[in-house]
This record gives sequence, C-alpha cells and structure tokens, in this order.
Amino acid sequence: MLALAMPALLVMLLLVVLPVGWLTWQSVYHNGFTLENYRRIWSEAIYWRSFALTFEISLLVTLLALLLGYPIAYAASVAPRRWSIIILALVVLPFWTSVLVRAYAWLALLQRTGVINQVLREIGVIDEPLALVHNSFGTVVATLHILLPFMVLPLYATMQQIPRDLMQAGASLGAGPMLTFWRIFLPLSLPGVLAGCTLVFVLTLGFYITPELLGGGRTIMISMLVSRNVELYDQWGAASAVGVVLLVAVGLIFFAVSRFIPLDRVLGQK
Amino acid sequence: MTMSRPFRIALVATCALVLLYLILPILIIAPMSFSAARYLSFPPPSLSLRWYQEYVGNPAWMQATRVTLTVAVLTVVIATPLGVAAAYAISQSKWRIMRLIHITLLLPLVVPIIITAVGIFFVYAKLGLAATMTGLVLANVMLGLPYVVISVAAGLQSFDATQEMVARSLGMNRLRSFFVVTLPQIKPSVIAGGIFAFISAMDETIVALFISGGQYQPLTKRMFTALRDEIDPTIAAISTLMTAVSFMLVLVATSRSKKGA
Repeated sequence: MLALAMPALLVMLLLVVLPVGWLTWQSVYHNGFTLENYRRIWSEAIYWRSFALTFEISLLVTLLALLLGYPIAYAASVAPRRWSIIILALVVLPFWTSVLVRAYAWLALLQRTGVINQVLREIGVIDEPLALVHNSFGTVVATLHILLPFMVLPLYATMQQIPRDLMQAGASLGAGPMLTFWRIFLPLSLPGVLAGCTLVFVLTLGFYITPELLGGGRTIMISMLVSRNVELYDQWGAASAVGVVLLVAVGLIFFAVSRFIPLDRVLGQK
Repeated sequence: MTMSRPFRIALVATCALVLLYLILPILIIAPMSFSAARYLSFPPPSLSLRWYQEYVGNPAWMQATRVTLTVAVLTVVIATPLGVAAAYAISQSKWRIMRLIHITLLLPLVVPIIITAVGIFFVYAKLGLAATMTGLVLANVMLGLPYVVISVAAGLQSFDATQEMVARSLGMNRLRSFFVVTLPQIKPSVIAGGIFAFISAMDETIVALFISGGQYQPLTKRMFTALRDEIDPTIAAISTLMTAVSFMLVLVATSRSKKGA
C-alpha cells in the first residue's frame, strides 16, 4: 500500500517539503550561520509596517466576511431547498473563476473611469471620481470578494447540522424568535464561525495577487515583501526569513485553532 | 422557523446585496469583452469582436495559450493516476503513517502559496528547472494533487470495499479487481478530481510568476504582467474565455458526481 502512495508523496516532498526546508535553511545560513535576516526584520520599520498592515487587513477582511457571510449562510440554511441551492450556487460560482480574472474585473469596476464611479456621477452622488482602487480599499474589496465563499461554506455546513427541534423547543417554552436565535442558534453555529474565520484570516495573511494589482504599490503586504526581495533586490535570505515568519504565524494559528475544533473540519470544507 | 416580517425582509435584502457583490465581477467581464471601445464604459457603446481578434491575432498570447493548455492537460494526465493511487492506499491502509501521508498530500492547501512559489524558485534555480516546461508541469501536479486526493478519497468512502474482496476471493488479482470492480464505481469522483486539477492548473498564477519564463510562460503570467502596466480590454476577452471553460468543466464535474452518488 505504501508503494501506491509513494509517487504522490515524492511530488510533495520534492515540491513542498524540500522548497520550504530550503527556504528555512537559507534564512539562517549565508557563508555560515547567521540571524542577520531576522535581525533586519526585527529592526527595520518597513518590515514592521508591512506586518502590521497585513494583520490589519486580514482582521478587517475576516470581520467583513463574517458580517456578510453569516446572513447568507443563515438564509441558505433556513430557506426552502430550491432557494438554498440557488444561494449556494451563487456563492460557489466566483470560486471557479480565476483569481486573476476577478482582480481584473475589480480594477475595471473601481478605477477612476470605472463603472462604479461612472454610475455614481450619472446619478449625481459625486462630482469628482472617488479613489476606490490603488489603495487599501481596493485591496480589501477584491480580497474579501475572493475569500467570502471560504467563510460561507463552513458556516453553512455547521448551521445545517443544528437540529431544528431545538428552536421549536425554545419557542414552545415561550422564547421569541430573537431569543431562540441568540440563545440557541448562534452558540451552536460558533464552530462554523471559528472554522470560517480561521480560513479567511490565514488565507488573507498570504494573499498576493489582489494587493499587488489593486494596492497601487502602497499596500505592501507580507507576500509582496517576499516577492520584492526576490525579484527586485535579489535578497533571497531576507525573502526567506519573511517567508518563515509568515509560515510560523500560519502554523501557530492552525495549532491554536486545532485545540478547539479538529483541523480536517477546518480544511475539509473547502 | 418563524421569523418576524421586518426581520425576513432585512435578511432577504442583505442576501440580495451580498450575492450581487459576489457575482458582479463575473457579470461585467463578458459585456466588457464585446465592447468596441478602447476605454471601459458600461454599458458598452457598441458591440464588436475586436478584442477577441486582437487575442487570436497576437502570437505572444497564442503561444501562452498553448503553454497553458499543454500544462493543464499534462497536469491532469499525471496528477490523476498519482492521486487515485494515493487515495486508494490511504483508504485501504490502517497504518498510522498513512494519516501523516494524507496530511502531507494536502499541504499545498495549507502552506501559503507565495512561500511554496519562492521555495520552488530556489530549488529550480539549483536544479536548472527554472523556465522549463518540465518544471512548470511538476509544480502544477503538486498543486492539483490535493483536489484529486480529496475527491477520490470521498468517493472511496462511500464505496463498499467488500465488493473488491469478493472479486479477489473469486480469483481476480488485486490490480484487476481494482480496475474491474472499484474504478468504474468511483469514476465520477476521479473525473471530478481530474477536472479540478485542470482548472487549478489553468488558473494558477503565483508559482508561474516565479518559475516560468521565456517561451514557456502561461496565459496567467502574461495577463498579470499586462495588468500591472495598463488595462487592456484583450484581457477581458481572455478572461471571458477562461471563465467559460471553467464553468463548463465544473458543470460536467458536478453533474457526473451527482449521477455517481
């Protein structure tokens, strides 16, 4: 049996384990063992600012995804079957559109001469076009759009398993709809909230395409530090160290979350 | 569940707005690609196939398209059997080490893609695989494998393994009993896994940005580079085509897997 899994395992060892190992090694070894790369991350403001910005954006995207995703998942779980299928199909639809294609669509929608500015001018809301893109706003709008399904799907999977008779029992004991939601439904949906928030937060931490294309060079997220150090400055050691920090952060988050819910539940719902 | 009327209206309105946000970008790409105007305006002033002609007439875009299709097909051809074999081994074996192998096979979904991309770039630079077809295909096999493994493992879970044992007790060897008894029954999930690997290879951008070059640059890398400079409506035409291919494939994958289940 082991032999059957070997070829696939070899691919992973060669293209994930070896590269990540190499990256880690390179971050501490340059003509001898050195922590210079990490010292630089620690002491230079540009790194600090980028890490802080990335965490801020990740937090914001996660909160917004929860805010927008919860009602959708809730509606899909209580609506008649035909409607819930339509809602879920619309949620999954963008999933199967290339991230690059969607980044392009958002550029077209949000730019100064873009569709949204045009519409707002037509109806007289604004005189001057708003700066909707080439900043953090554009990055958040597009990143949220790409990650929202990762919030809705685990939420829906959890909500679907909440037994309906619990709410009926609550109602028969005299609780109004608000109270049954607040005291019964919401607490039972929390594992889904945790799974969705973890996925969205971790994925935003490492996001690259949307900040690069919609951030206008001002929204430097961690992934862009990595790519710039490789492509522009030829600083492989620095790029590696930033990558290791990101990887450790992601690992710690998964580890912390796995103490509350099994990891395959977080990942299995992709 | 009973809901008060204002609450229900608020819920429906919220959902409508969020769903609009989700599908708006997809809705806007196709009309843009058929616009005759150089600059984006909505609705398009007049319709034309200008951007499609520009795409088909441009040798660089055509070369990139050939690379993308070749990589995607080779990825499916390699990743599907590897993934099926691994998923089968995982489902049959009770060893603890198999759990570890299972997790390893899902690593590409967990490790931030930018880290994998840069790491592969370092390794390829040493091995001389940078800017080669082999390197590009290998990387996409790695990225597509989890989809095959997840899909086939799910298919095997609902498959009754005793059937294969029956076939073997009747004298078939293991390999034959797999191909004659098991494979036909998990075929929908194998096809779905292969299709997802194809879409993953077609859409993959970040790894290609680092490791592809010269004549072996896929569509997504050229699109990314073009998007950094200016908004060229040719990209809307390419995007529309890519999205159409994705959706058709997903439709095939989901209708197949429903029939099987």
